[in-house]
Amino acid sequence: MSASTLPVPAAGAPVRRTAAHWGPWLAFGLITAFLLCFLVLPVGTVIYTAFVTDTGALTVGHFTNFFNQGVFRESFFNSLQVALASTFFASVIAVPLAYLTVRFEFRGALAIQTLGVLPLIMPPFVGAVALQLIFGKNGSVNLLLDDWLGFTIPIMDGLVGVTFVESIHYFPFILLNLVAAMRNIDGAMEESALNLGARGWRLFRRVIFPLAMPGYLAGAALVFVKVFDDLGTPLVMGITNMLAPQAYLRITTAGVDDPLGYVISVIMIAFSILALWLAARVMKGRDYATLQKGGGALQKRRLSTWESLLAYGWIVLVLLIVLAPHIGILLMSFAQVWSFSVLPDAYTLAHYATIFSDAKGMIGNTLLYCVLAAGLDVVIGTAIAYLILRTRLPARQWLDWLASAALAIPGLVLAIGYLRLFKGVTLPFTDTLVVQTWVLIMLAYAVRRLPYALRSCMAALQQVHVSLEEAAQSLGASRLSTIRRVMVPLMAGGILAGFVTSFITAAVELSATLVLVSAESQAPMSLGIYLYMQSIAGRGPGAALAVLAVLVVALGTYFSHRFVERSRTTVASTAKA
Amino acid sequence: MSTHKASLECRHISLSYGATPVLRDITLKIEPGEFFALLGPSGSGKSTLLRLIAGFNQHQSGELLIDGQDISGVPPHQRNIGMVFQSYALWPHMTVWDNVAFGLVERRESRDTIRRKVGAALELVGLQDYAQRRPGQLSGGQQQRVALARTIVIEPKLLLLDEPLSNLDKKLRVQMREELKNLQRTLGLTTIFVTHDQEEAMTTADRMAVLDQGVLQQVGTAAGLYDEPHNRFVAGFVGTANLLAGTIAALDGETLCFDAPGLGRLTLPAPARPPALGAATLAFRPHQMQIAAAGAASDAARVWLDGQVESAEFLGEFSRYRVRVGDIALICDQPHDAGVVMFEPGAAVRLGIAPGQSRYLSA
Repeated sequence: MSASTLPVPAAGAPVRRTAAHWGPWLAFGLITAFLLCFLVLPVGTVIYTAFVTDTGALTVGHFTNFFNQGVFRESFFNSLQVALASTFFASVIAVPLAYLTVRFEFRGALAIQTLGVLPLIMPPFVGAVALQLIFGKNGSVNLLLDDWLGFTIPIMDGLVGVTFVESIHYFPFILLNLVAAMRNIDGAMEESALNLGARGWRLFRRVIFPLAMPGYLAGAALVFVKVFDDLGTPLVMGITNMLAPQAYLRITTAGVDDPLGYVISVIMIAFSILALWLAARVMKGRDYATLQKGGGALQKRRLSTWESLLAYGWIVLVLLIVLAPHIGILLMSFAQVWSFSVLPDAYTLAHYATIFSDAKGMIGNTLLYCVLAAGLDVVIGTAIAYLILRTRLPARQWLDWLASAALAIPGLVLAIGYLRLFKGVTLPFTDTLVVQTWVLIMLAYAVRRLPYALRSCMAALQQVHVSLEEAAQSLGASRLSTIRRVMVPLMAGGILAGFVTSFITAAVELSATLVLVSAESQAPMSLGIYLYMQSIAGRGPGAALAVLAVLVVALGTYFSHRFVERSRTTVASTAKA
Repeated sequence: MSTHKASLECRHISLSYGATPVLRDITLKIEPGEFFALLGPSGSGKSTLLRLIAGFNQHQSGELLIDGQDISGVPPHQRNIGMVFQSYALWPHMTVWDNVAFGLVERRESRDTIRRKVGAALELVGLQDYAQRRPGQLSGGQQQRVALARTIVIEPKLLLLDEPLSNLDKKLRVQMREELKNLQRTLGLTTIFVTHDQEEAMTTADRMAVLDQGVLQQVGTAAGLYDEPHNRFVAGFVGTANLLAGTIAALDGETLCFDAPGLGRLTLPAPARPPALGAATLAFRPHQMQIAAAGAASDAARVWLDGQVESAEFLGEFSRYRVRVGDIALICDQPHDAGVVMFEPGAAVRLGIAPGQSRYLSA
């Protein structure tokens, strides 16, 4: 088996080989154990519970029971409908924007880049509250419309409202993926189509869009999964006849032993996996990385006056809608009274004072959970990246698949799995139940964000050329000290970016939090925002807390971009030198 | 497949990117049915000219005529000029069949017509059995054929080929060269191809244009350019040449005196069409020279120079010597037969120039 590990310099071989041997295996074992305990087993328990009777016999009775009840059937179709519609509308917003950035030379490109991040820095359930104030039945827009034109647009009502909020929040996933894919298309692909007589819409439909399809599908599948699994948005909007809210209500009201919550969980997992699998399946064997050696990208051309009018019109419209929740939440955090009026009637700083006196604990909790979770993520992420890219351990690819599988597991489902799996388990050497501590909240965050951190770490390690490590080893550094002294410093930017991404997305995670928090003292900011928002009086402080969270996320996003940029230049210059 | 033979004419075409001129006053006529090459080093503007004909670049002044009609403002998709790209640019999301059918679909041809024409085009390039494959599953040569079929199926007025053989390995290149030539003969399609490889141009094209720095240097057949180059650039780019810069100092009915700095005065028999006095370049090809040991008996028809071998390369069919004469290094090729002993570096030799094969180029 020695041939299956990294080549080791011959001189030190007999001594080194043993050390080089158990290190990776140990890491492999620890990570596998972690993923087994906190991802595979909890999810397995959920699935198992959905298929057995009280006595432990296998059954599909829970499923027939589920589909026999009108409310569940309705929830199922509602969720499906909202997820599909949101994916559709997100595409309608994102595809023209992506095409504009890639094809045309104009100043709006910067605005589009901003559009790509703005929605992502605000959790959708916060956006939902803010959008109520702007677009709701008694929101600013409808009040104005009613005053001036005598009609209103019920865009925030019911399932339409959920679809509206989700589309606005998640379209960047499609935008970012599609832009990346279109940037990769060789200009000759387009020119040859022009040469054979295609242009305009047909050129886009027959050549450009199909070539960018992998990027589009990846983005669209993510949007579908995220919307299908989202718990916070429907809850905040008072919609309970969808799958995630139903599961949450079952577990919180009927208890951990009620099988229907598990049935819903299984359906949610199944659809997530189905969507991701379909996207991967359709694109299988179609590697469209089409930019040829020495080829140029698509030619950019200038917009004519009419075209740029249209383009800017679309961008401004989208920008306004995307900014609406940000503006709404900001106004709300300063508003003394704001109801049945276009803008708040009076302004105050009292809400900020309230949260700094009342919600200090929540802010502290968020910091504690997220720093630990993100730290765990980058350690595991770096280790997996190293095992996959730099060793030949058998089955190392499984770690990647396993860790990435967390993408398809809704936070709600993971949390339910934890409750079930760790029921009655106590912390070592104490009588405290594990489910009553914050440890599980932190672990749920870590497992859910691991795929993102892993991607960052993999990308960072791929940038470090193997020869840099080999140089260190040939100068006498052991594998561990090579990792410590050469690789980690070179990967620092990417690792940091992974840490920040994990941190900021965990900071606004709501679905697992809702289920796992067992005492108010454990509540992090995301839950705090949600709880405040439940009452009219709490909306001000809730908004203030949300502004704080958005600021943290925005700053984090900005710095993670900076880290990635900087590390890219350092690594590039080292590689040259 | 019936084809119409079109002619192409460029009249005073100029193009610049910002302040950088890329094509300068190009005037050129390509006859119907001709296989024509645009030859030049990279950055010479040859690809720009080809893309200009296809409509991807727009010239700022001059006229571009097909069959006498100016097509300058016509967008690329309306030109009906077929172009095969250097990278082939086959769409990976379509089968071979769909790739080839693409242009016909854009022309709203009927299903039957499309089926018939695509079938015929694939048969022409010998790929009828590969219709349902995807481009990624084909070899480089097969991809090239699909790209060709995709282009000729629309029955273009002109066929443009951008470095058509550069993506193939050496052996395949020679084979494809033959196939291209045969295909062009069969279709009789006016064809223009771009290449930086003079051998490729010489072996394939009926006529060729040599470009350098955006300027058309010379147009002619392969032998015409080789034997009668108009300037230093063409002489050096088409084949190998010794180029001696100097001055024609004196000229009478029988002799010509050429002063070459670093070499001294050469007295040569005057050519039939005497050049003008003044600055000129004397050009002669390495294989037209003779090399002999110093002091060996010499052929009086040649002009002999004494020199010393600097380096010698054995290339099989011939040996190539670099010989220092005065301050100048000259290249001389000697045909090789078994038993011919090569001169060692340092050996004193004499070089014989054949005056009848030498050319006087303006500067």
